[in-house]
Amino acid sequence: MFDQLSDRLQSTLSEVRSRGKLSESDVDAAMREIRLALLEADVNFKVVKSFTRTLKERCLGAEVMDSLDPGQQVVKIVNEELAELMGGTGEELAMAASGPTVILMSGLQGSGKTTACAKLAQYFRKQNKDVALAACDVYRPAAVEQLVTMGGRAGAHVYEQGTEADPVDIASWALDRAREERRDVLIIDTAGRLHIDQELMAELAKIRKKTDPDDVLLVVDAMTGQDAVGVAESFAEAAEFDGVVMTKLDGDARGGAALSVKAVTGKPILFASTGEKIEDFDRFHPDRMAQRILGMGDVLSLIEKAETQVDEKSAEELQEKLKKDQFTLEDFLTQMKQVRKMGPLSGILGMLPGMGAMKQLKNANIDERELDRTEAIILSMTPAERADPHIIKGSRRKRIANGSGTKVQQVNALVKQFDQMRVMMRSMANGKMPSPEQMMAMQGGGAPRPKIRRR
Amino acid sequence: MATSWQEIFDLGSRANENGSAAAEPGPARRGVFRRLRESLSKSRQALTEEISASLFDRIDEETWERLEEALILADAGAPTTAAVVERLEHEVESGSVPADGVAVRDRLIAILAEVAATGWEPIDLSAEPAVLMMVGVNGTGKTTTIGKIAWHLSKEFGLSVVLAAADTYRAAAAEQLETWAERAGAELIRGEAGADPGSVAYDAIGAARARGADVVIVDTAGRLHTQTDLMDELAKVRRVIAKQIPEAPHETLISIDATTGQNGLRQAQIFSEAVEVDGVVLTKLDGTAKGGIALAIAGDLGIPVKLIGVGETLEDLRPFDPEDYAKALLAE
Repeated sequence: MFDQLSDRLQSTLSEVRSRGKLSESDVDAAMREIRLALLEADVNFKVVKSFTRTLKERCLGAEVMDSLDPGQQVVKIVNEELAELMGGTGEELAMAASGPTVILMSGLQGSGKTTACAKLAQYFRKQNKDVALAACDVYRPAAVEQLVTMGGRAGAHVYEQGTEADPVDIASWALDRAREERRDVLIIDTAGRLHIDQELMAELAKIRKKTDPDDVLLVVDAMTGQDAVGVAESFAEAAEFDGVVMTKLDGDARGGAALSVKAVTGKPILFASTGEKIEDFDRFHPDRMAQRILGMGDVLSLIEKAETQVDEKSAEELQEKLKKDQFTLEDFLTQMKQVRKMGPLSGILGMLPGMGAMKQLKNANIDERELDRTEAIILSMTPAERADPHIIKGSRRKRIANGSGTKVQQVNALVKQFDQMRVMMRSMANGKMPSPEQMMAMQGGGAPRPKIRRR
Repeated sequence: MATSWQEIFDLGSRANENGSAAAEPGPARRGVFRRLRESLSKSRQALTEEISASLFDRIDEETWERLEEALILADAGAPTTAAVVERLEHEVESGSVPADGVAVRDRLIAILAEVAATGWEPIDLSAEPAVLMMVGVNGTGKTTTIGKIAWHLSKEFGLSVVLAAADTYRAAAAEQLETWAERAGAELIRGEAGADPGSVAYDAIGAARARGADVVIVDTAGRLHTQTDLMDELAKVRRVIAKQIPEAPHETLISIDATTGQNGLRQAQIFSEAVEVDGVVLTKLDGTAKGGIALAIAGDLGIPVKLIGVGETLEDLRPFDPEDYAKALLAE
């Protein structure tokens, strides 16, 4: 996500980074590039203006100009300002001290409210909370049916009264019922409405007043253009929303809406919806997203993702093995299977530092079948071969190739790669994990970019 | 003079039998127009206001900067904005357009209208039956647009319409289309939830041929253009349709949400690569968004806007008029 913005900012910054000394005109040139990159990414025009102004002031300040490494300082400032623009470090949803936590969802038509409701329900269900959904979209044909189906999939109770009742009444009835049935969370789905439709905005304000929600969330399509700001301002007025859910982040949207909404309304982006499946929904971390846009990777999110898929014990065992250099192809196979459980590789790679800069990887629709082949090769080895791939010579090689339906060269390549990987992993296991900044420095400064090894 | 429904559809030989009925402003029609005016006068100024007159009071460097700003804010995008402003500025400097506020404004409207109408042709419904396929990203208003097109074809042109619920993915999508089919008096062909969308389309066209229906409109599931497998699926739906009628679909429309930013260009481009898109339905223009991305889509890809959505009611789907649009684009 945000690839194009990320590309442009990275290339501008690598130019700046390569300079030992910065003049005011260097900074000006960089600011022009950044301004254009942000506009092309749909960041609101006014936000861009004030953002580049702040940026320029800081870049021309003493902390940069007097530093030994001004280019690096500029990168640091852009990173900080981007994170600030999107909301600093992540903020939390307010939860009710007692009784059900009430969350009211609002937004334009087609921004993805109903889907976001179900995904949010699923998010709470994973925390073992008892969730109810209130179907207050009585206008769009079949909206209630959609919520019933999707809510059911998420394991939530759906409170609905068809399409004849008044949305305000449905909401307050649902709240009473959620209290009675002692649900932990009540999520209220509302109809999509235009921010300039006074009648419907008044209805939203009424629902808000009647149910006194702990959180009001605005659902915003990540592909929204310049108008995102106007929409957010109107909803802030009528619904006083507390936070934003960004949807359709799995497209190639450049994220301008994400950058602008916080800047204008001061309300943070709390959640990101990133796919067709009900699980494709997570907390939004502005600081991490800023690093990702700058190609610094998002190692924290990757680790969190891994934590949910990999159990602690086997991870520790693995660490031990790596330290002692006992990592075998058998372990590699297990690892690969676990990583693949985390989702398609292209998504995971986007979180790694520096990966954004690697064109081959980014444009490659990573061929998951290639991984199937790798699995097949390992599965065609005997336990002894998996434990010590060095014994794989002539006839063994041929047998493995035949067994896995591959070629001898492919078997060779795998064994060689495995060797290289083992060296790298050993140093990482011994605590030499490169920091994102180090990885950035490694790529920049005119140094050759790391070559990607092709499988 | 706004583009009319008669101009937007190419109905082939059917035009004469049915077209006249729609052209006559009977009592029912007057009701429609009154509604239209009412809805426009409410919160729908976006399309009635014109480029602010003050923009060209004085013509200097600042004028061009402010024009750039206005186009960027309308989501026209940096490249299109630069091209339009450069062209106008050049024409004023060379003297082919007098440096007079009104003349420059009119010329700007003409340029914008020209860009917006690049490659414009009527919606081709001349075949019998004609197949219209609707594609687009999630939440851009495909199903709603189909419901409204069906209503116009059936109620105003007296055509028999079959709707194919080939969105078998989203929960309750077929139910949503069913409601529209009832309102429009169209027949709905649907499959099981999760059924193959191609087979639903195939069956619908088969049914339309058997019954001698005039138009089949195929609804497809919303999908993000970045999801390669889903785009492949869409291409397959198109191929399956062509098995029923080799030239079909005769018209493929993409719905683009007017609030969409620069990403809309990618949407149109990638959808067009998959299924040869003939036109854009620019939806949700009744908000404050100007849908300037339509300029970029028409200018860069030659895919013009054919219909616009300006509200929730049946009458709020309208033929696109490039000049009206250009006038509204830069309204304050």
